[in-house]
Amino acid sequence: MSVQFPFSAIVGQDEMKLAILIAAVDPSVGGVLVFGDRGTGKSTAVRALAAMLPKMRAVIGCRYHCDPEASGSACEDCKALKLAGTAVKSHLIPVPVVDLPLGATEDRVVGALDLERALSQGVKAYEPGLLARANRGFLYIDEVNLLEDHLVDLLIDVAASGENVVEREGLSVRHPARFVLVGSGNPEEGELRPQLLDRFGLSVEVKTPTDLPSRIEVVRRRDQFERDPAGFTEKWKKEDERVRRSIVKGKSHISEVAVPDAALERAAQLCMALGTDGLRGELTLIRAARALAALQGAAAVTDEHLKRVAPPALRHRLRRNPLDDAGSTVRVDRAVAELFGA
Amino acid sequence: MTRAMPDAGVPFTASEQRWRCAQPSLSIAALHAASLFAVDPVGTGGVVIRALPGPAREGWLQCLSGLLPHGTPLRRVPLHINDERLLGGLDLAATLQAGRPIAQQGVLTMADGGIVLLAMAERLSAATAARLAAVLDTQEVALARDGLAMRHATRFGVIALDEGLADDERVAPALLDRLAFSIDLHPLIDDAGPAADDQNALDQDLAATPVWSAADVASARDLLPQIEASEEIVKALVSTALALGVASLRAPLLALRVARASAALDGRLLISDDDARLAAALVLAPRATQVPAPPAEPPPNEDEPPEPPPPEETPDPSPEEQTEPPPRDDEESSKDEETPEPPPVGDLEDRVLDAAQAAIPAGLLAALMSGQDRRATAQASGRAGAVQQGQKRGRPSGARRGEPRAGARLNVIETLRAAAPWQKIRHAEIERKRVTNVGSRTAPSSAAPPPRARVQVRRDDFHVTRYKQRSATTTLFVVDASGSSALNRLAEAKGAVELLLADCYVRRDQVAVLAFRGKGVELLLPPTRSLVRAKRSLAGLPGGGGTPLASGIDAAAALAASIARRGETPIVVLLTDGRGNIARDGSPGRARAGDDVQLAARQFRAASLRALLIDTSPQPQPAARQLAQEMGASYLPLPYAGATALSQAVALATKSVSAAPAVTR
Repeated sequence: MSVQFPFSAIVGQDEMKLAILIAAVDPSVGGVLVFGDRGTGKSTAVRALAAMLPKMRAVIGCRYHCDPEASGSACEDCKALKLAGTAVKSHLIPVPVVDLPLGATEDRVVGALDLERALSQGVKAYEPGLLARANRGFLYIDEVNLLEDHLVDLLIDVAASGENVVEREGLSVRHPARFVLVGSGNPEEGELRPQLLDRFGLSVEVKTPTDLPSRIEVVRRRDQFERDPAGFTEKWKKEDERVRRSIVKGKSHISEVAVPDAALERAAQLCMALGTDGLRGELTLIRAARALAALQGAAAVTDEHLKRVAPPALRHRLRRNPLDDAGSTVRVDRAVAELFGA
Repeated sequence: MTRAMPDAGVPFTASEQRWRCAQPSLSIAALHAASLFAVDPVGTGGVVIRALPGPAREGWLQCLSGLLPHGTPLRRVPLHINDERLLGGLDLAATLQAGRPIAQQGVLTMADGGIVLLAMAERLSAATAARLAAVLDTQEVALARDGLAMRHATRFGVIALDEGLADDERVAPALLDRLAFSIDLHPLIDDAGPAADDQNALDQDLAATPVWSAADVASARDLLPQIEASEEIVKALVSTALALGVASLRAPLLALRVARASAALDGRLLISDDDARLAAALVLAPRATQVPAPPAEPPPNEDEPPEPPPPEETPDPSPEEQTEPPPRDDEESSKDEETPEPPPVGDLEDRVLDAAQAAIPAGLLAALMSGQDRRATAQASGRAGAVQQGQKRGRPSGARRGEPRAGARLNVIETLRAAAPWQKIRHAEIERKRVTNVGSRTAPSSAAPPPRARVQVRRDDFHVTRYKQRSATTTLFVVDASGSSALNRLAEAKGAVELLLADCYVRRDQVAVLAFRGKGVELLLPPTRSLVRAKRSLAGLPGGGGTPLASGIDAAAALAASIARRGETPIVVLLTDGRGNIARDGSPGRARAGDDVQLAARQFRAASLRALLIDTSPQPQPAARQLAQEMGASYLPLPYAGATALSQAVALATKSVSAAPAVTR
């Protein structure tokens, strides 16, 4: 893998960066969708994430890199080991950030018969796919709106259930596949189906910066990076390290963040005012606000946190009037302003 | 890269090279693009050549190949290449031979260090364009197919051969955004031959244009990593892009790389102003979406499509203006007149902007001045839409068990997969049979065992590929925005169209909007799935003026034909009162206009398009009914119907129209 553009060197795009950090702190917010103009660093941000994440502990030799601590979400093998009372050995590995390449076929996504062993040895063995690799990490789909429908359905299903069930070619395998789905795309290539939209916890709209100084800064940094990737990364290492520490701190701190009843009530009021469907909106709103509080080291969720995460948590859940070009962002902002008193 | 070439290795000497390149059909911009692309194919991304196949294009390609280092791989990518060939996949023959999976490289991997040539790039699907874009971005082919998972680093430049003629036939925007150069060889091909003085001027320019050789390119490549860009250069390029309304930040970045290549070619270590101006002219000008605002104004917000300027300012976009590409003048000043001419006053930003502005192609300039949104040419071919499952055409969508007959294609991988687990058992079976056969016979010599196949495939294993095909519908609204309609019905018509749009959203249809009033027809919205844009384009539609009905019908027929060419089904919804008063040539007069309308209607009918005419006059008009008949369209009078009623009626009618191909009344 070549050197990635440093996360903290991305100019602006605060909402996108925040959404990604929230998902890193609390994967249960349920995925991030980044939609917007070309050349805004969507893919760059997600790919840069890999370098930012603190390493995680995983069982040695486990194909799904199970967590040695957790028992509920472990794969069959690890459960069996646990039951047998064997002491599992574990090691630190980087959190997987798996890129789902365009043109990937279903067999590689869900995993399938190991062709090599079947052909050469006549053995029926399961070969894990991308979903297995993404377990406990991130699965990134660029151009999510160009992905084949049947793959999209499959991913939604697995992301929701946290488990990949393979029933094909006489194989019957199930393994944990808990990952944060990160999708990016360009609305001009076609809109996303509402069902898919709803499955993403946070939705971010990115726009090209329109002011000259930040545009210059983007081009300058990109140019510097291309000419000297190693030196540029070195320059930003400190900044990246700071962000990494905040993720680590946030992850350990999140269980201590209090969510007062007042905040729950606020969240409910906001969702009611906006008429979002279902409870998923409220849940995401609260989780995201808690993750943000944890990132900032706050003791409890406050209105400020709710206000900040309301647009990405709710804008894609509004009952959609395809013709209301006031835009859902504006509607969320309006509701927030009314409720919290701007 | 140390490929300094000895004389023998250079394909053409400088003079030969010059002779090769100096074809009258090539503009200076095209020659610049060729040499700069040759210096940095990976960094600059590539070139879009808009031209029909012909000597001009061949000449350009030849010129380029003369500049590239000897032995640079050049891979042609056919239009309907599948993922297996493009990205790589399982090599079946070798796999069967070896009895284990053997991967084969895709075209993109094989093109590493060279050039990928895209044939008929304007018809490239959004999906293929996205794959290419991903590989260009990450500089590696990530393969996750056919039981293989691998990554191959690959770096190449792209030449997209755009053979589109109409404005809506363009290379997919995702790809366009990543290729630095865009050269148009069309106007010169159309000319019977350059006029004598034109030719002279061109000769002069050519004489003044530096001629590069492959050796120059090779040494420029060596120099490239050391070239410095000053703060001012970066600033000038970025602000020029902003002033021209180029939203993507890739554009100034590409321009910077082009400027760097230009400096390298010249053997300088610092990017000069002229390099920046050349880069702006080559990279930024073709992407312009607006004419730069006067310096006093704040930079416009480019999230909005450029506002159409008042019609009085609109220059006549006569096609004669396009005979000569304008980049010439500016290159002249930027390249060869640098010494005689004192540096112009004003700072670098302005000069770079001037250079870019002078290089905006004439046709584009006219379009920009008349307020057309060029970004609107986005050719949405996303995945959604009505999908037909078929056996032969379209994109593969998995496989199913079945035999390869009646044109169904065998999916070898799936077949092999199905066969694979059984191999051991089958081999054992065969072995058993052989033994029993041998045992039962007395003469073993006649029972020479048949050659044992490595893979035992049975009929049960056969899988065939399923294909799916999008047969999207595009609803084309043709709105009469003239004075007679505008007074009372335009608002209603807009309302109805908006409601219909919501309907189209549910069906994932595309929509396009044409409006006619005054003297002309305007394509408010090319086919798109973006309803927000549709609504915006309609909201800004002013009413008033004459009724160029004939032109409106003509334009509708042309657009419908182009939609049909893309393999989609057009449905035309014409909202008018049926009374034209402007003839095709723009002259007023009810009588001539009427004749023209009849003619246009008959031509429309001859194209056998599905159409619906909604009579928007206060009282149903015989004129409109007759027009519908002439056009072969369904007729729907709607006296004082509200938008909702209108929408319901249209929805119903379009359904019946789409059900029955030929509806006439």
